[in-house]
Amino acid sequence: MEGSILFSVRLSLQVAAVSTALIVLAGIPVAYFLARKDFRGKELIDVLFTLPLVLPPTVTGYYLIILFGRNGFIGRVIYEWTGWSIMFTWYAAVLASFIVALPLMIKTTRAAIESVDRNLINASYTLGHSEFNTALKVILPLAKRGIVAGTVLSFARAMGEFGATLMLAGNLPGRTDTMPIAIYSLAGSGEWSQAHLMVMLMTAMSGVFLYIANRYTKRII
Amino acid sequence: MEKLGRVWLITVILCFAVPFLACAGSTKDITVSAAISLKNAFEEIGQLYESKYGTKCLFNFGASGDLFKQIAGGAPVDVFASAAQKDMDDADKQGLIVAGTRADFASNSVVLIVPAGRKTSLKSFEGLRIAEIKKIAVGNPKTVPAGRYAEEIFNSFQILASLKDKLIYAENVRQVLDYVVRGEVDAGVVYATDAAVRSKDIKIIATAPEASHKPVLYPIAVIKGAKSEADARAFIALVLSSEGKKILQKHGFK
Repeated sequence: MEGSILFSVRLSLQVAAVSTALIVLAGIPVAYFLARKDFRGKELIDVLFTLPLVLPPTVTGYYLIILFGRNGFIGRVIYEWTGWSIMFTWYAAVLASFIVALPLMIKTTRAAIESVDRNLINASYTLGHSEFNTALKVILPLAKRGIVAGTVLSFARAMGEFGATLMLAGNLPGRTDTMPIAIYSLAGSGEWSQAHLMVMLMTAMSGVFLYIANRYTKRII
Repeated sequence: MEKLGRVWLITVILCFAVPFLACAGSTKDITVSAAISLKNAFEEIGQLYESKYGTKCLFNFGASGDLFKQIAGGAPVDVFASAAQKDMDDADKQGLIVAGTRADFASNSVVLIVPAGRKTSLKSFEGLRIAEIKKIAVGNPKTVPAGRYAEEIFNSFQILASLKDKLIYAENVRQVLDYVVRGEVDAGVVYATDAAVRSKDIKIIATAPEASHKPVLYPIAVIKGAKSEADARAFIALVLSSEGKKILQKHGFK
């Protein structure tokens, strides 16, 4: 039984790490465009990305099944081409965590970029920097605090993601049971001592992680 | 700036490297989606199955309604075992199960429980009307089969209308059990098998008469598009066999 707890801990960390990495890659450009560009339907896009933050996770999970299931709009195409379906794999847990935690990254990063002093940005342009270089060397470094905060929040949210993950990745012991799902499963089958152990472990890990993140954030900013 | 660049580089490498590190070995296996109330019994049957046939048995446990939604969405499931006929009927209607493989493999009874050690004058389902009972936990009838049975029972005693304001809906039957164990509610309606799991923490007040609700029969079937229909059929045969029956009975099913 210790083996399965260890598996869940490792899987949770792995899912949270990969989805956070993807969130950083996708979230910063999206937040940059939302903060710096004006185009029609901009707020609509913001709403679309923010929805998973406020929708019940099972609803988000249901949407994900409709999109990525073997009979889903996107899932069907993937299945026909490769014979592979994301459902019930740990990639599904990554996808669910990614969608649910992405808004935290976009929201905080967008706010941070918007609060960067315009004079500094204009100065960078005047001195001949291209937009890309200005973004990379002036705007993002100045928005670092928000970006780091968004990353930490996203990781923590990804670690705790349950509802959408349960729908898309299922509850397959030894395959897709991240810590929150293993806790649901243990409580569901009346294995309370195991469930308690896991709950304490989860709380301790999240607490320690947030503490380290806070200290590290203070040091680099 | 150097630092930010490095963070990005590490991020990118992590993204692409980790999936390869985590490649799972591909042995022969089947995936069984089963109602979570079957977890303990099915895990035991799964072990028996693996030792008998050498095929790995992967389980996916959850609420029957959610399991159905996953299957309808194209989840790679070989066998579906539901806690209620409705979800299997839905799957059947959508043409998701292999004709002729559906069978009922277990039955259960529905009981009225209260927290252990609580003084109560409650003696029967009809008694739920008394003022002393303020909160009754039942499963949400929309998604939880146990909730639908509870509603049928209340209806047969003609007390549903008078209980409306007392009902607390839970998202699965184990949550009902948990509310009762913790004393958050005055009474709850669960399966006899759930009550048996926490027999020390609850007291059974009454067992619902069989005529008061549709029989609690657990259906099982092979899902269309199963990786190996033969392996899936073998699993169902094992559940229905005398060995399977024995394991189910050990966990309180009839």
